[in-house]
Amino acid sequence: MTPLELICPAGTPSSLRTAVNAGAHAVYCGFADETNARNFPGLNFSRAELAEGVAYARARGARVLVAINTFPQAGREALWHAAVADAEAAGAHAVILADLGLIAHAAERHPGLRLHLSVQAAAANADAINFYVETFGIRRVVLPRVLTVEEIAAINREIACETEAFVFGGLCVMAEGRCSLSSYATGKSPNMNGVCSPASHVVYRQDGADLVARLGDFTIHRVGKDEPAPYPTLCKGCFKAGPYAGHVFEDPVSLDAAQMIPQLAAAGVTALKIEGRQRSRAYVEAVVKGFRRAVDAHVAGRPIPVGALNALTEGQRTTAGAYRKTWR
Amino acid sequence: MQLTLGPILGNWPADRFADFYARIADEADIDRVVIGEVVCSKRLPFFADRIAPAAERLAAAGKQVVFASLGLVTLPRERRQARDATELGGPVEINDLTMLRYLAPGQPFTVGPLVNVYNEGTLGFLAARGALSVCLPPELPLASIATLARAAPSTGADIEVWGFGRVPLAISGRCYHARVHGLAKDSCQFVCAQDPDGLEVDTLDGEPFLAANGVQTLSFTCADALGAVDALAAAGVARLRLSPQSCDMVAVARIFRDRCAGRIDPADATTRLSALLPSMPLSNGFMLGPVGAAHVA
Repeated sequence: MTPLELICPAGTPSSLRTAVNAGAHAVYCGFADETNARNFPGLNFSRAELAEGVAYARARGARVLVAINTFPQAGREALWHAAVADAEAAGAHAVILADLGLIAHAAERHPGLRLHLSVQAAAANADAINFYVETFGIRRVVLPRVLTVEEIAAINREIACETEAFVFGGLCVMAEGRCSLSSYATGKSPNMNGVCSPASHVVYRQDGADLVARLGDFTIHRVGKDEPAPYPTLCKGCFKAGPYAGHVFEDPVSLDAAQMIPQLAAAGVTALKIEGRQRSRAYVEAVVKGFRRAVDAHVAGRPIPVGALNALTEGQRTTAGAYRKTWR
Repeated sequence: MQLTLGPILGNWPADRFADFYARIADEADIDRVVIGEVVCSKRLPFFADRIAPAAERLAAAGKQVVFASLGLVTLPRERRQARDATELGGPVEINDLTMLRYLAPGQPFTVGPLVNVYNEGTLGFLAARGALSVCLPPELPLASIATLARAAPSTGADIEVWGFGRVPLAISGRCYHARVHGLAKDSCQFVCAQDPDGLEVDTLDGEPFLAANGVQTLSFTCADALGAVDALAAAGVARLRLSPQSCDMVAVARIFRDRCAGRIDPADATTRLSALLPSMPLSNGFMLGPVGAAHVA
């Protein structure tokens, strides 16, 4: 059986080393600017740090993928073009791209560079994926988190590239790369700025016995003082809609598809991806070790260990997300 | 500046759909009409047979007709519907890059606002593939719109901008209308038809915020580009898109035409527009800042 490749997040050079030491087959990271979708203060890599990270990983048999997965701003494409060139120069195994124009640029100007299609490109069916494969020679697609395992299997039967599926971490409930909820409330969006529901626009306010968490001018959560105050990520908020009051879009759950590793493998998935470049080194170490054990257990024909990572998930609740059809 | 009437995003009954386009054909001063289903493949069978007659009537009235296609294509049924849209005998509007694989070489198409066109490279690529015009994503600020509009003539495509209507903010595999009614997507009972402009989503403090439209999330506010018309025209934007709401769209089109022709000033135009939509505040913050929900006078 071909082992599933484990793709792990690295927000900092030390997280990269941690992930590699914990058993990552590959790590993904980004440059410290708006060219990547985790453009958070204090995160990400300089050019020199990337080159060092690539050398560190290579010496230990791991690969480095560079996410350049926001949508270049009009008039400023040179910043994104430079990121692609610099990732190649640093020896990255591949770049992970979302924007059509940037992919066309990379395919034309960097013909030797391996291209992965970011989840932010939201290629959700075999025809869309084959368009990228045939037009640009895309080698791997990161699948949107809107597909069931059965749909992933059907896609893999029809496409001529590898697939990578998210198995753990934050869960976008909207089609990725196609959401401007954050910029509606804050002016900053994943596509343009590499941020969603940014901390710069969060205000916590005491209102009587309640703690109110606001994003821009909108209340996202209101909880009693003894309840944990969740971060006001817009699509995980509590709202009222007609007769309903609660989590209109998504409950505060995070994705844990560890138990679905055998099904994902049977569906033809090549690589499993862990979300969380904004997470701590301790988190990365625990999750990578846990998933490496799970992937190794699968290869050895043993059952996947149950629930080892529950303590690391938001609100202590997890979901298999869209992989099971009932999610819809 | 020309005016495009975008596709109906809500779930409207077939008779209302037919009546709406009959009136648009006969009475509305509109240059281009995009017609068909964008949001949910389950809705299309209810009015699919009304599209061709409506398109004929619109074309006979001198409107250019473009056929809409789905925004999120995953299921086999959706891939069939997307492919079918290319065989209706006219230009197709793509809302998902899946469609690029279905278009015949040389078949004219337009690009809808759900396709991510943020920069000159993407605009140039789509224009080279035959795009006639590109309706930009509504979250783009005026500076980006102007840069793209200036770049457009050399590509062969022209630029359209979201001018009116609740703003499409997100699309999902999950149906929120079904979810808030305690139903599954596969047995949704088409509850979205209860809310032709979407179901109001308020914060727990009672602030109107968003509107659920099946798998799509819209803004609660209604976009109003009237205050930016002069700047958009100066940058070379070719057309404004008016997205159908359940208000008098003939009157909406007249206000935009009068403003584009300089017959009324921006403040008058916005006052007239507000009067048509008393329950829907206006917004232009994506274009003019600082946040999408804002309205800058």
